[in-house]
Amino acid sequence: MNPVRVSIVGGSGYTGGELMRLLLSHPNAQIAQVTSRQLRGLPVFRSHPNLRGHLDVSFCTPDEVEPCDVLFLCMPHGKASGEIDRWRDVAPLIIDLSADFRLRDPDRYQHWYGEAHPNPDALATAQYGLAEVNRANLSGASLISGVGCNATAMTLALKPLADAGLIRRAICDVKVGSSEAGAEPSAGSHHPVRARTARTYSASGHRHLAEVEQNLAQPDGSALDVDATITAIDMVRGVLCTAHIDTTEPLETKNLWKLFRGAYNDEPFVRIVADRQGPHKFPDPRILVGSNHADVGFAVDERSGRVITFCAIDNLVKGAAGSAVQSMNIALGLPETSGLTFPGLHPA
Amino acid sequence: MSTETITATCPECDATVSFDRAPLNGEIARCTDCSAELEVVSTDPLTLELAPEVEEDWGE
Repeated sequence: MNPVRVSIVGGSGYTGGELMRLLLSHPNAQIAQVTSRQLRGLPVFRSHPNLRGHLDVSFCTPDEVEPCDVLFLCMPHGKASGEIDRWRDVAPLIIDLSADFRLRDPDRYQHWYGEAHPNPDALATAQYGLAEVNRANLSGASLISGVGCNATAMTLALKPLADAGLIRRAICDVKVGSSEAGAEPSAGSHHPVRARTARTYSASGHRHLAEVEQNLAQPDGSALDVDATITAIDMVRGVLCTAHIDTTEPLETKNLWKLFRGAYNDEPFVRIVADRQGPHKFPDPRILVGSNHADVGFAVDERSGRVITFCAIDNLVKGAAGSAVQSMNIALGLPETSGLTFPGLHPA
Repeated sequence: MSTETITATCPECDATVSFDRAPLNGEIARCTDCSAELEVVSTDPLTLELAPEVEEDWGE
């Protein structure tokens, strides 16, 4: 078959770099153009040094983008929704990695983002790009939304129990790496602030909860009772969600095995990690660096009945570029794992 | 000679644990599904329990 011609708008950031790294090993994809207004004319390895010698492409401006098969948008929040009609003339499949098209309901968007969605008509046509919750609607889609990294970890940690209506209330303790904040420096990313930290920056009500609520509506249609505390820790890549769950009925470990096997045994990128021995009893984002895997696990506090579930991911891969490529594969009818088989590093 | 596989249920995850010969009391087996280490505490009926573990922070 002819290669799938892929271009990336806003390719100087971390998610753009990860898309290129993944697409380079994709058997069906060919990277055509990558844009950056600030770096126009410079080779992409100026901002992604790991790609030196692997990708002979220089940044162009968005105005120079030519028609292609798939266009990834890696622009700041709010940009894609304003430009989406222009980009739809460029490619039959758009995958936007920002938060602009993640929430199906414009009212929900206004509630969580404090402003009306600028393009609700386009929003109505977007499909959420997390295969584990929306695979059936990705095939043949023309506009796919990327995922929130924290939302992905929370969703996959909670999904087996949520789908069974077993969650009365869930509190997610989410630990995150510095690359979540993107390639642009900020006060929070300044080295004396960010290094060796365990700094909570969102005690409750994080925006990604909107995605979790959307992904995991209760069987009766009501919203899941879920909150999260997000803490920056001394890690570059990775998200670890530890969910503390008050269940609607008592559960034993063997019940959790059944629920998690039922939810994930057929998922190519979700692994159950709930060992009783060794140093890796539960998911650890460090061994997922560069990988599209999501590792999930669980335990039961026998004293209180509280259930603890886990999900670890690489925020830039399963939490961004990897899920986007996985969605592209499904949308185009390609093997779902194409370009995504890197197993991670150990030690990392 | 009988080649019948002997099986028991993993007390951790409910998976089937198979033995290609009759296990002995005190023998340690491993569940291939959840990787739990299991101790044979009875051979008739064949019964498995979770083997003792050493916690990572003991001694601290």
